[in-house]
Amino acid sequence: MTPAGIPPAAADTFPRLLLHHAQVRGGRTAIREKDLGIWLSWSWQQVADEVRATACGLAALGFKRGMTLAIIGDNRPRLYWSMMAAQALGGIPVPLYQDAVAGEMKFVLENAGIVFAVVEDQEQADKLLEVRSHCPLLQHIVFDNGRGMRNYTAAGVLAFDQLMARGREFDAAHPGFFAAEVAAGKVGDTSVMLYTSGTTGSPKGVCHTHGSLIAAASGDIAFDGFTADDEILSYLPMAWVGDHVFSYTQALVAGFCVNCPESSETVMTDLREIGPTYYFAPPRVFENLLTQVMIRMEDAAPFKRRVFHHFMAVAKRCGGAIMDGRAGSVAFGDRVQYALGNLLVYGPLLNVLGMSRIRVAYTGGAAIGPDLFEFYRSLGINLKQLYGQTETAAYVCKHPNGQVKLDTVGKPLPGVQIRIAANGEVQVLTPSMMKEYYQRPDATAESISPDGWFLTGDAGYFDADGHIKIIDRAKDVGRLTDGTLFAPAYIENKLKFFPQIKEAVAFGHDRDTCTAFINIDLDSVGNWAERRGIAYAGYTDLAQKEAVYEVIRDCVEQVNRDLAADPKLGNSQVRRFLILHKELDADDGELTRTRKVRRGFIAERYAQLVDALYSIASHCEIEAQVKFEDGRTGTIRADVRICDVAARTGVPMGRAA
Amino acid sequence: MLSVDNISLAFGGVKALTDISFDVREHEIRAIIGPNGAGKSSMLNCINGVYSPQRGTIRIGTETFRQMDPNKAARMGIARTFQNIALFKGMSVLDNLMTGRNLKMNCGLLAQALYLGPNRREEIEHREKVEHIIDFLQIESVRKTPVARLPYGIQKRVELGRALAAEPRLLLLDEPMAGMNIEEKQDMCRFILDVNDEFGTTIVLIEHDMGVVMDISDRVVVLDYGKKIGDGTPDDVRNNQAVIDAYLGVAH
Repeated sequence: MTPAGIPPAAADTFPRLLLHHAQVRGGRTAIREKDLGIWLSWSWQQVADEVRATACGLAALGFKRGMTLAIIGDNRPRLYWSMMAAQALGGIPVPLYQDAVAGEMKFVLENAGIVFAVVEDQEQADKLLEVRSHCPLLQHIVFDNGRGMRNYTAAGVLAFDQLMARGREFDAAHPGFFAAEVAAGKVGDTSVMLYTSGTTGSPKGVCHTHGSLIAAASGDIAFDGFTADDEILSYLPMAWVGDHVFSYTQALVAGFCVNCPESSETVMTDLREIGPTYYFAPPRVFENLLTQVMIRMEDAAPFKRRVFHHFMAVAKRCGGAIMDGRAGSVAFGDRVQYALGNLLVYGPLLNVLGMSRIRVAYTGGAAIGPDLFEFYRSLGINLKQLYGQTETAAYVCKHPNGQVKLDTVGKPLPGVQIRIAANGEVQVLTPSMMKEYYQRPDATAESISPDGWFLTGDAGYFDADGHIKIIDRAKDVGRLTDGTLFAPAYIENKLKFFPQIKEAVAFGHDRDTCTAFINIDLDSVGNWAERRGIAYAGYTDLAQKEAVYEVIRDCVEQVNRDLAADPKLGNSQVRRFLILHKELDADDGELTRTRKVRRGFIAERYAQLVDALYSIASHCEIEAQVKFEDGRTGTIRADVRICDVAARTGVPMGRAA
Repeated sequence: MLSVDNISLAFGGVKALTDISFDVREHEIRAIIGPNGAGKSSMLNCINGVYSPQRGTIRIGTETFRQMDPNKAARMGIARTFQNIALFKGMSVLDNLMTGRNLKMNCGLLAQALYLGPNRREEIEHREKVEHIIDFLQIESVRKTPVARLPYGIQKRVELGRALAAEPRLLLLDEPMAGMNIEEKQDMCRFILDVNDEFGTTIVLIEHDMGVVMDISDRVVVLDYGKKIGDGTPDDVRNNQAVIDAYLGVAH
């Protein structure tokens, strides 16, 4: 029983979808959770029953249509059921980030007018009790895990089991209630509110409707061919739009199985035990995995290590082509070697990583390095990128199977239209568009144009194959004096993919050419210097070595080669660079706390160096203040070299992935 | 539930304990403090029968003993952890915890080797108990990791887990927080309080960190050179002149 795809049109809200699955595939597993070392599963029918009890329990406590329900905790079945229960009653679930501190939760609790909250455990309950005095609306706190909660006597604090027990009583007393509530739900109702992180100003509640999310999920399912046989591991925060889309809306539309890990520390083991077929991870997760593999291989016996490196080289040569079904273009010898490698290296490696069964894997949210991307693809993992925002229900672009290009985010999904505004901004018209920002008509009007397009704030363009390439935030993109687009983050990211380069800052807006400051990675370059027998006293000394400049120049030249292949950015090659005499530091205000470079501040602070970059000088003396960790300040004086780099002409040399 | 009366212990001419008496009430956390060499560990060793005191009696529940032996102590529901971790380093966390269930296993060697019928049921039952403890101490992620590969703070937690696996009525903890950083100490405090609260276990602990002792214990015994110099609630002990002179010192 594996009917694929799209449920009937009558199942147009999430509660109705749930009942649909309970009817069609009632005996199949809907959700699993590892508890006490054992994977427990619930069938669709059981889930429907539990949701019914939860919903009736909430109703018995006074939860009404249109109310909001805060949901806080790790990915747990009962928290997902609470979402369904709230929706069944016509309410709006509001998942919150579980690692937020109490003070941060207060804003959302007040803004969304939360009266009911379902939380995972004592930790979250404590936070809510702490802010309850400031949030007079908040009355009911239902907790899932009772550990440590025995002595809580505060009013309105209730165990999930008690909630369900009350629900079952209520259900028995009002037999038609649940069905009537589900039937009263409308497609256009707000189904969920997801708060954006609010890096600028306070968080905004993004309201999505049943209709928009189901439309988006149906589009995806057609695009990637998901069926009820797929498995996913839900380990990313429930408050993040990605988890809501992958583990909730898609699972409910396609009817596939959602697996909840035992705890956030056991995700890797759980991944291996479940062997999901569908997987999402941000680039850093893939990077950590690769690092672990490499470290462990360094410890392996020499013979094993040689086998590993030999077959990884084979995979790099032809793995991507074989996976994309272009095996015809691969030499026969390589194909034989790849098959052997699959037996000896790739297969066992994927098994250890828990990726043996992955059909589709996605990454997104940040730039992913070419080596990293190729590593996974060459092993036969169909790793692709996607692009989108909370407001557009996670993504609007994906790589189609077999058309994966490293530096694009793919093509618009079916039903999605994308246009590029005059200023280079990417604008999107999609069925998965949010309804509004909760109680913020001003912000809604700012982000959605009168004709219904969402203004992403990202700058990008279509390449020759119709793929979208995102280069930077629109407000950061400038132009050289000859009119070439200058996308600093794009160039900086390309530089930072080299292990030798830790940070980079690109300049070029309103200038003739593009130049850059570089921070070397002390670990990586230091290690390299030691092996070469180059003595150095510290960062400042190492940074100014001739040999180090040569290494970095090679990196910059390679970036220039990539840029040259790009018709739009070809002229923004880095023509001169210098290696900064000190590491950029958040304590000095040069980086944000999340380690993003503050370009404007740096340009002002090191104006002298920027001027030198745009002169013909071959070095520049600089004195800079630094703050030590104990609060004292000191000065670093240095003579910084400046290095010229030759520009490349447009030899197309795309890194085919 | 436990009382020691007039215990004296000497190693040759060295008097480790002289005429010590105190009691432990059901469900309380009782701390033993004192300077190095005061006889704290010796006291614990007398209670669970590693040492035999020359004089005095130990009463557990309604039974009174001239001297204990470790086997009997374990059967009476006394479990302990050690100052220097005493786990099976090469075995996984799970296996280490399972050893804590040893006394509760009834099947013979042969049945265990064959893993049939009743033994299988028994094993599953014990595993479930152990899994509850793993969940309780939040060590799921290292369930199958050999103990030797774990950081010190986690090993301490595993040792506590093994003691808990025996479902003790009385838990003796010998410096459970020695050598830990602040965060690990806070975690351990949390666990000790939770054990006391959730399982109702009576706890006797030796600890040097005064902050910890004063925070979590109900009553404190102070030893110095094998003699009892103070006994009472943390506040009493803190204001006891003899204790201040011997151990706590004054603020400069």
